Amino acid sequence: MDPREWLRSWPVYRQLTGGDPAGRAAAAKSRRSAALRARTAAADRVVKSVCPYCAVGCGQDVYVRGDEVVQVEGDPDSPVSRGRLCPKGSATLQLTTGSNRRHKVLYRPPYGTGWRELDLDTALRMVVERVLRTRRETWQDEHGGYRVNRTMGIASLGGATLDNEENYLIKKLFTALGVVQVENQARVCHSSTVVGLGTSFGRGGATTFLQDLQHSDCILIEGSNFAECHPVGFQWVTEAKARGAKVIHVDPRFTRTSALADLHVPIRAGTDIAFLGGIINHVLSTGSHFHEFVVHYTNAATIVSEDFRDTEDLDGLFSGFDPDSRHYSFDTWAYEGVDVAPASGQRDGAPDDPDGGEHEHTAGDTGQVRASGRGETHGSGGTAMEGEPRRDETLQHPRCVFQVLKRHYARYTPEEVERVCGVPREAFLEVCRLLVENSGPERTSEFVYAVGWTQHTTGSQMIRAACVLQLLLGNMGRPGGGIQALRGHAGIQGSSDIPTLFNLLPGYIPMPYAHHQHDLASFIRADAARKGFWSAMDTYVVSLLKAWWGGAATPENDFCFDHLPRLTGSHSTYDTVLEQIDGNCKGYFLMGENPAVGSANAKAQRLGMANLEWLVVRDFSLTESATWWQDGPEIDTGELRTEEIGTEVFFFPAAAHTEKAGSFTNTNRMLQWHHQAVDPKGDARSDLWFLYHLGRLIRQRLAGSTEPRDRPVLDLTWDYPTEGPLDEPIAEAVLAEINGWDADGVPLSTSTQLAADGSTACGCWIYCGVYADGVNQAARRKPAEEQDWIAAEWAWAWPANRRILYNRASARPDGTPWSERKKLVWWDAEAGEWTGYDVPDFERTKPPDYRPAPGATGVDALSGIDPFIMQSDGKAWLYVPSGIVDGPMPAHYEPQDSPFPNALYAQQRNPARLVYPHEHNRYAPDGDAPGSEVFPYVVTTYRLTEHFTAGGMSRWTPYLSELQPELFCEVSPALAAAKGLANGGWATIVTPRNAIEARVLVTDRMTPLAVQGRVLEQIGLPYHWGPNGLSTGDAVNELSAIVLDPGAHIQEVKAFSADIRPGRRPRGPELVELVRSYQQLAGITERTGTEV
Amino acid sequence: MAGRHSRRDTGFTSYYGRPVLKKPTWAARDIAGYLFLGGLAGASSVLAAGADLTGRTALAKGCKAGALAAISGSLFALVHDLGRPGRFLNMLRVVKPSSPMSVGSWILVAYGPQAGLAAVTALSGRFTRLGRVATVGAGLVGPAVAAYTAVLVADTAVPAWHEGHRELPFVFVGSAASAAGGLGMVVAPVEQAGPARRAALAGGVFELVATEVMERRMGPAAETLRTGRGGRLMKAASALTAAGGLLGATLGRRSRAAAVLGGLAALAGSACTRFGVFHAGVASAEDPKYVVGPQRERRAREGR
Amino acid sequence: MRDVDHDGFDLRTMLVGDDPPHDGGYPDPAPRFGFFTDTTVCIGCKACEVACKEWNHVPDDGLVFTGMSYDNTQGLSADTWRHVAFIEQPAPRPVADLGMPSFTKPGGGDGERSEFRWLMSSDVCKHCTHAACLDVCPTGALFRTEFGTVVVQEDICNGCGYCVPACPFGVIDQREGDGRAWKCTLCYDRLGVGQEPACAKACPTDSIQFGELAELRERAAARVERLHEAGVTDARLYGHDPDDGVGGAGAFFLLLDEPEVYGLPPDPVVTTRDLPAMWKHAGVAAAALLAGLAAAFLGGP
Ligand SMILES: Nc1nc2c(c(=O)[nH]1)N[C@H]1C(S)=C(S)[C@@H](COP(=O)(O)OP(=O)(O)OC[C@H]3O[C@@H](n4cnc5c(=O)[nH]c(N)nc54)[C@H](O)[C@@H]3O)O[C@H]1N2
Ligand SMILES: Nc1nc2c(c(=O)[nH]1)N[C@H]1C(S)=C(S)[C@@H](COP(=O)(O)OP(=O)(O)OC[C@H]3O[C@@H](n4cnc5c(=O)[nH]c(N)nc54)[C@H](O)[C@@H]3O)O[C@H]1N2
Ligand code: SF4
Ligand code: SF4
Ligand code: SF4
Ligand code: SF4
Ligand code: SF4
Ligand SMILES: [Mo]
Repeated sequence: MDPREWLRSWPVYRQLTGGDPAGRAAAAKSRRSAALRARTAAADRVVKSVCPYCAVGCGQDVYVRGDEVVQVEGDPDSPVSRGRLCPKGSATLQLTTGSNRRHKVLYRPPYGTGWRELDLDTALRMVVERVLRTRRETWQDEHGGYRVNRTMGIASLGGATLDNEENYLIKKLFTALGVVQVENQARVCHSSTVVGLGTSFGRGGATTFLQDLQHSDCILIEGSNFAECHPVGFQWVTEAKARGAKVIHVDPRFTRTSALADLHVPIRAGTDIAFLGGIINHVLSTGSHFHEFVVHYTNAATIVSEDFRDTEDLDGLFSGFDPDSRHYSFDTWAYEGVDVAPASGQRDGAPDDPDGGEHEHTAGDTGQVRASGRGETHGSGGTAMEGEPRRDETLQHPRCVFQVLKRHYARYTPEEVERVCGVPREAFLEVCRLLVENSGPERTSEFVYAVGWTQHTTGSQMIRAACVLQLLLGNMGRPGGGIQALRGHAGIQGSSDIPTLFNLLPGYIPMPYAHHQHDLASFIRADAARKGFWSAMDTYVVSLLKAWWGGAATPENDFCFDHLPRLTGSHSTYDTVLEQIDGNCKGYFLMGENPAVGSANAKAQRLGMANLEWLVVRDFSLTESATWWQDGPEIDTGELRTEEIGTEVFFFPAAAHTEKAGSFTNTNRMLQWHHQAVDPKGDARSDLWFLYHLGRLIRQRLAGSTEPRDRPVLDLTWDYPTEGPLDEPIAEAVLAEINGWDADGVPLSTSTQLAADGSTACGCWIYCGVYADGVNQAARRKPAEEQDWIAAEWAWAWPANRRILYNRASARPDGTPWSERKKLVWWDAEAGEWTGYDVPDFERTKPPDYRPAPGATGVDALSGIDPFIMQSDGKAWLYVPSGIVDGPMPAHYEPQDSPFPNALYAQQRNPARLVYPHEHNRYAPDGDAPGSEVFPYVVTTYRLTEHFTAGGMSRWTPYLSELQPELFCEVSPALAAAKGLANGGWATIVTPRNAIEARVLVTDRMTPLAVQGRVLEQIGLPYHWGPNGLSTGDAVNELSAIVLDPGAHIQEVKAFSADIRPGRRPRGPELVELVRSYQQLAGITERTGTEV
Repeated sequence: MAGRHSRRDTGFTSYYGRPVLKKPTWAARDIAGYLFLGGLAGASSVLAAGADLTGRTALAKGCKAGALAAISGSLFALVHDLGRPGRFLNMLRVVKPSSPMSVGSWILVAYGPQAGLAAVTALSGRFTRLGRVATVGAGLVGPAVAAYTAVLVADTAVPAWHEGHRELPFVFVGSAASAAGGLGMVVAPVEQAGPARRAALAGGVFELVATEVMERRMGPAAETLRTGRGGRLMKAASALTAAGGLLGATLGRRSRAAAVLGGLAALAGSACTRFGVFHAGVASAEDPKYVVGPQRERRAREGR
Repeated sequence: MRDVDHDGFDLRTMLVGDDPPHDGGYPDPAPRFGFFTDTTVCIGCKACEVACKEWNHVPDDGLVFTGMSYDNTQGLSADTWRHVAFIEQPAPRPVADLGMPSFTKPGGGDGERSEFRWLMSSDVCKHCTHAACLDVCPTGALFRTEFGTVVVQEDICNGCGYCVPACPFGVIDQREGDGRAWKCTLCYDRLGVGQEPACAKACPTDSIQFGELAELRERAAARVERLHEAGVTDARLYGHDPDDGVGGAGAFFLLLDEPEVYGLPPDPVVTTRDLPAMWKHAGVAAAALLAGLAAAFLGGP
């Protein structure tokens, strides 16, 4: 270097000659500092994406340099997230590019003790062989005398982490293969939401969108830990608070949500119906309901059949219960003079027990279809109904819904609320006051819930109770109002809409049952409503069949309706597990789900897998569901021996969201497209790739087959274009099929264009419009700052890009806004149309004074004051005469495992719940039965901000793992003192199923409650851990039981009784011994807890 | 309950008892050693210059050699303690009056070569004229070498160091004088070692008085100079320093053996002072009460 | 400046004034940027911690379950440049025995806290106006940027460790195995291209607000006023005052309790404020040494 230059590079020289004599600033700057350039600025391109973790659906910018992703951060243009990301979203770079990910296919041969590598093509062909072999061996043309065209030998689980397009291909391919046991996280997460919201309002999705929270005057967060589980969405609560809104958090624990709330009300887990019922009673008995809203927009005025008997009359049961089959018949629940569900009568009617013993695990379940997830079919349409219900708009008729409701909830007094929930009267009344004061024409309150409500044996009814309350308060369809169901995974709303669920076809069309619905016509007759938008079901079904079977689907062959396999009962994921344990289900696809940790009774999950012939796991890393045969808990206890497990295991590394294109539907029904940033490395492939090529190879293998069972596969439209070096299917082509096209292949723009004559094809009618004009509407990204608060030009929401559902209700019956402050959509008489900020959820030109002609059908039968257009009567249902299987109105029942008797009724538990007695699935005694004192505490399970679900996306990620490095339990100081638990030490928690250990966190955030005259201690357990990964711990679901909500088949993991003791749990066989000793102490038998 | 944050019952609140400050990452052997050796070198150079000028050749030679050894050792310790020893030259990248370590580095740049030259010429017997200049030069810079290390540690947020910032230089120079005296007693025959004995005694007294004053004026962090590891070392330091000085002033005037023993005691005492101060500092940084209490009091005093 | 040993001359202000980045010798200084962290809206999500690590490739800080509420990273360190504190405060009045939950109207009362509360606060380097770490750094690795922030230059730092005990907030630390000192850079590289720091960008509730310091101070004052009006009398600012011991922090906070509750020093003072006094005393001491030793040669042999 030239000496002068060298001298100049010496800071001392610069100190002496420049403006920084002290050498602390400019003079000291180094060469590197001077050349520093942020890698965001140095990137070659920025790819628009969506956070792969939760359903808030935060926008992400993916910065790419060469073929490497160098940074992932929030997209400031997103109206939902405004550029922000929670810790998980912020860890996306590490998730997708970190060393935690696997890039090689692995194979474990039967009885093998280790993995070996396999090349991708060989592995895929081996899977094809397994699928075809098992399918052949387990094929059922008929079952119980009915044609079923299916295999029960194969099942698939997972979908909520996947794109809509991937879910679509799973459902399409597997259905064509005759696989009916197709399920995803939606079952274990929010299935009860679909039942609860769907039967009340006509659609099963959240009724509003996150940004609208800012307009709320009071936000009741109950059954959700909003700030921790949807942190970026929570900014809208902060926003509302800044505008003066009151925020209430009702939760067993004081959480990070409570910390930001104005009021935290601790509650006993599992008692929310009692709490909400108390508020309903308060509203009704003080006349605080929004009268005009209730009269016109709900079924309050409708008269109920004389035959109906309430829980008041039958001490906790509604009329129509059959204790032998453990089912309700809906007949007596009907409206007077109306056959509310002639169709559902047939739809849900008991067949002549075709299942014979198939459900030996489901006590008393004779396989009735009604218990088979039918409630979920209201995800986008209310119950069918025929005839004109009688109404009394004075609400005085003793059998009008309003009066029935009033009587039903009269016993839910503040005193009872206190006794049942442990919520002091003053706190309860304060909640009542805040809600009532912040509802009415000028003000709105919003309810926010998530899986604190869904995951109970009464989950659907908890949500129903919230629906009833929000309707009484007149908060539906209005800004700052509604019910915000905060869904789970990035793709879970989509995996419900384009369902990888056994009981549904895309758009909440039910899967056909074997016993009836022999042909398309009877299928449609059974389910289509006569009135409302669901009356067009035939167009939805035929268009779906055309999308799947294209040219092969003709009017002559019922559009290939018989290509659909048939259900004969419940084939939910929990039924499948028991089928696996019994050896009936032999092949299992796990595509982005980790049931060995995430599903209730984790041991049962693993025992099921240990009995498979083959298992395919597609994930980023080796989750517990991939390695249980090697190092699972049963290997340690000696219950299983690796060398004796015959399951063949294939591990396929999955591509991350940055490595593929596709859409996620967020918690508010909004489809957002994420673009591919780079190609996946090694053997990692998108699930779209896997499914497409799996299907392609299967079709290749079957080509020329004359077997009737192979027809559906061979007729399938499966000609997706591929691109790039990996032959990646073009996801937009799949989206275009989902959207649908007309006979000329022109993309459709709305579902009303669908036809029943086979001239249109549409893969999911509620998504029709997402590819309108051949443009990917989900990829629209007009920056939020350039739009109004609705931001309608950001992505695309179903239905028809509406953001607030039922928004016709934001106007008075006459079409004018209830108030200036709360206006949203109104009738513009001059223009002769509905107008406003949001897309009206109503026929655009139907005037408020429109009244249907007598005998009108379909949409014409809805009047100008019927805002709930998916309902057969256009009204929201306070009382559900049909469609929900465990009662027309929510009633409080104790959780399956509860240390308390039911203080409200003699009926202890939900009589219709599904129990699965099995030696590895034991239940606790009744709350007042001997032995119940062995499990005196209530455990609730939940999430932490820092981890994600069963941990696959956080426990392998160092930045997230260090934040919460181990499983812990949260206990109150009093419980800690009583039990000798030391902060930072260990505790063992025991239930009738199993025992786990956890570090102890002693905290005042756990409040002992006074319940039924004694102090109840609750134990908090975040459920993210398992033995694999960086951050480890026992899986909390070792403790939980398989016991299900009857309508939704969701498990009860939010409340169960347990014991806690200091110290670590025993290892090896002694663990099994410990659990057995507890069972003996409590006198538990296979009958315990299975009583009606 | 373990691990929960302590509240006002203990007179102050902290975050789960965790330190407010980061304790020094310095290794005691390196940095306390550096403080001691720097002091020894600096004072020895002064002693050497005096001996040179007064014709005490043996004392001069021993002190020069000792100073060179000490400064080399201190430099080694300093570099050894660096997280990136290969980058030690970056110390000369800037001249920062605000940084005692920067100032110290430049002092060492001035001192080191002179001390080296002084020693090498004395030991080799060549270039004596140059040697004399270097000796005087080192002797003049020496006090700065001995004193700046006090500023080095005092110029931190560490309560036991910073709160003693007025007295610490005196403690350190006293300790340095005592150490240099000790060195002189060890290396020089008793007849030449008079100034060394006086240095050890007077330096020791100076140090002990300064330490006492410092502890009194310091605030609660003085506790760390009296208790724990720092306290034990400080106690040993006073004992050894006193013993060294007294031994030198008495038996050491006649007996070489006693002089050597006294000299070693003084050296050890000086080392103990530096290690004691070092550990007291670490202890005061680790316990939030030495940070929170005085600061709250100050705020209250000033009505804020 | 208060409470100095007034020596007639102030080395600090003589060398650098109170107005970074304007006295840094930059030909074209930017406005001074900083953070206002409003802890009343912090949801303790730790996105700031993670976003910082992702952006700066900071290694993880070890997996330790601490039992300190939800805080498992424990404090700022070389590997944690944003740290979220969690403080669980039981109601000062004991709640009724029997385990009955207590209940009081929110916002009601005399300002005295009546309910359990859970404070969360994201801490970071204060980017002090008078930054001790920067003052004492002998290599110039730590320097004042054109944005008025305080940054360690990783190509310069030789790991002398001096900055570590110098910082009155206990922020900066040496990274094990690497040897160098690390702390928040206030995303110097991002500021350079006009981008907001990673932590502030991620923060879901805008608890971390980034901007021009002058504007942030106004915003914060207004916020405190609003909170006081709403009855949150505990609200107070920390580090906002240019007259405090560090000349005001570039990153300041709105707290709901005393600073030490959050692990912050109640009255931090930049150590170099006393440096002139120290040099003076050291000079006297050195002179005394010289004189004393010279005197030692006066008496006999
Ligand atoms: N950080 C993070 N975010 C997530 C996830 C994650 O794992 N981590 N998972 C995503 C998924 S899959 C989902 S489904 C959502 C779930 O989101 P949330 O439902 O908010 O999640 P949870 O923590 O399971 O439960 C919420 C709260 O319910 C409370 N609770 C438990 N039992 C009851 C009860 O009986 N009544 C009432 N009122 N409350 C009760 C718990 O204490 C908990 O605070 O979060 C999504 N977002
Ligand atoms: N006790 C208790 N149990 C619960 C709950 C509870 O609150 N308490 N909550 C329940 C709820 S709501 C849910 S949603 C479930 C969640 O339980 P799981 O869904 O089993 O948990 P995850 O860890 O999310 O599993 C998803 C897996 O998908 C992988 N993955 C991510 N992206 C992709 C992809 O693109 N392709 C593929 N192939 N894989 C991918 C992830 O790495 C991860 O391993 O847990 C349920 N279980
Ligand atoms: S996990 Fe959810 S809240 Fe967090 S960044 Fe991703 S989408 Fe947003
Ligand atoms: S807080 Fe500490 S590390 Fe940050 S600038 Fe101030 S003195 Fe330096
Ligand atoms: S450790 Fe590095 S940054 Fe700190 S003072 Fe030393 S050289 Fe400067
Ligand atoms: S400003 Fe940048 S470096 Fe500093 S804490 Fe935030 S993200 Fe980390
Ligand atoms: S990101 Fe914001 S809300 Fe989350 S912990 Fe950090 S400061 Fe608090
Ligand atoms: Mo979920």
